[in-house]
Amino acid sequence: MIKTDIIIVGAGPVGLFTVFEAGLMKLRCHLIDAIPQPGGQLSEIYPKKPIYDIPGYPTVLAGELVDKLMEQAEPFKAGFTLGERAEEIEELANGNFLVTTSQGTKHEAPVVMIAGGLGSFEPRKPQIENLSDFENSGVHYMVKDPDQFEGKELVISGGGDSALDWAVYFAEKNSFVHLVHRSDRFRAHKDSLAKAYELEKQGKMKIHTFAEVKQLNGNGQLETIIIETKEESTAIDTALWFPLFGLSPKLGPIGKWGLQIEKNAISVDTFDYQTNRSGIYAIGDVNTYPGKLKLILCGFHEATLAVQSAYKRIYPEKKVTLKYTTVQGVQGFE
Amino acid sequence: MGDIKIKITDRDGAVHHLSAPTDMNMNLMEVCKSYELPVEGVCGGMAMCASCQVYIHTDQHVGERNDDEEAMLDDAYHVKSNSRLGCQMPITQDLDGAEIELAPEEP
Repeated sequence: MIKTDIIIVGAGPVGLFTVFEAGLMKLRCHLIDAIPQPGGQLSEIYPKKPIYDIPGYPTVLAGELVDKLMEQAEPFKAGFTLGERAEEIEELANGNFLVTTSQGTKHEAPVVMIAGGLGSFEPRKPQIENLSDFENSGVHYMVKDPDQFEGKELVISGGGDSALDWAVYFAEKNSFVHLVHRSDRFRAHKDSLAKAYELEKQGKMKIHTFAEVKQLNGNGQLETIIIETKEESTAIDTALWFPLFGLSPKLGPIGKWGLQIEKNAISVDTFDYQTNRSGIYAIGDVNTYPGKLKLILCGFHEATLAVQSAYKRIYPEKKVTLKYTTVQGVQGFE
Repeated sequence: MGDIKIKITDRDGAVHHLSAPTDMNMNLMEVCKSYELPVEGVCGGMAMCASCQVYIHTDQHVGERNDDEEAMLDDAYHVKSNSRLGCQMPITQDLDGAEIELAPEEP
């Protein structure tokens, strides 16, 4: 059981900045995110794109901003539950909330801040009839713990940099990789593409273009994958398929947490960004209110005010004073 | 340059008549959003999702997909020969009179 002061659902830029603001108030945080790395949309969709409207940065690459936010939050030693989606929330007898993830990991805290952005990233799934039969036994939508797949023969589908980067990674580590894509155009770095063709020449990879995985066969466990092109069908005997067609965000289970939802966003009171459920806040792109702008910088402001309110909820007897970082510096946790 | 007129059919079959300015550097996805049509624009207009996919029903307005758009549509659902990504279509005089339909949402 993970116990903390604030459970933050979503480890994107706003969730990460919340760790810093909370830390200044000596509140500890634990973040939950469905993708295996922090940074939210910035790390998942556009790490190399420049952002021009972050105060103080005429220009900053999205991925770099995530690194900076991690650095800023580092003194406050937040915990992370990554690659798991926050599914259920319960109110306990002691007034705390219990948040359980898709893998059953439990987190308890007096305050929950939802910094979910556009929703949790869910894999775009291929349209194959018996796909769900193999979802826990051979089909993987994300690569977590790559070591377990080394040395095996595997099939990776997709045309983006996720598919290409993982294909190159595994081929370089003694796995024979079949990279399968619907066309011959890859949406990836030229270097990664060049590396892939080089690996194919070395016999470590086979790139199947104008091809699609059409059939999955197996008895309880994935055993054979059928790849089809216009002309032929190829059967690959392997227990590993990675359909890496990108992720798309869905509000998901948060939509069933008894919160007021308007157009896929959570309504909040702009006094302190609390939702209709006392103790649950919503900050960043996931919230809505009259005049809301979905900007990272707005999320930063909302996080700051929400944290002040959270402190009062957790320590109602203590007086809150705003201390400027220029006066007392940043004192991290041990 | 004035506003152009576009006709958009949404996913419920309702037809909307839109007016879009040609001097504000907008793209079709942004125009749809400004009229509160259900276009998510998840990736913010970078041709990295297909939530702004549209079908262009008037042949002369289909135009040409750029490389990023082609690559994105390669992986998308419900793609047809007259599919375009709204975020890659700038609002210019050329688009005046276009008849457009929102593609179904991704599963």
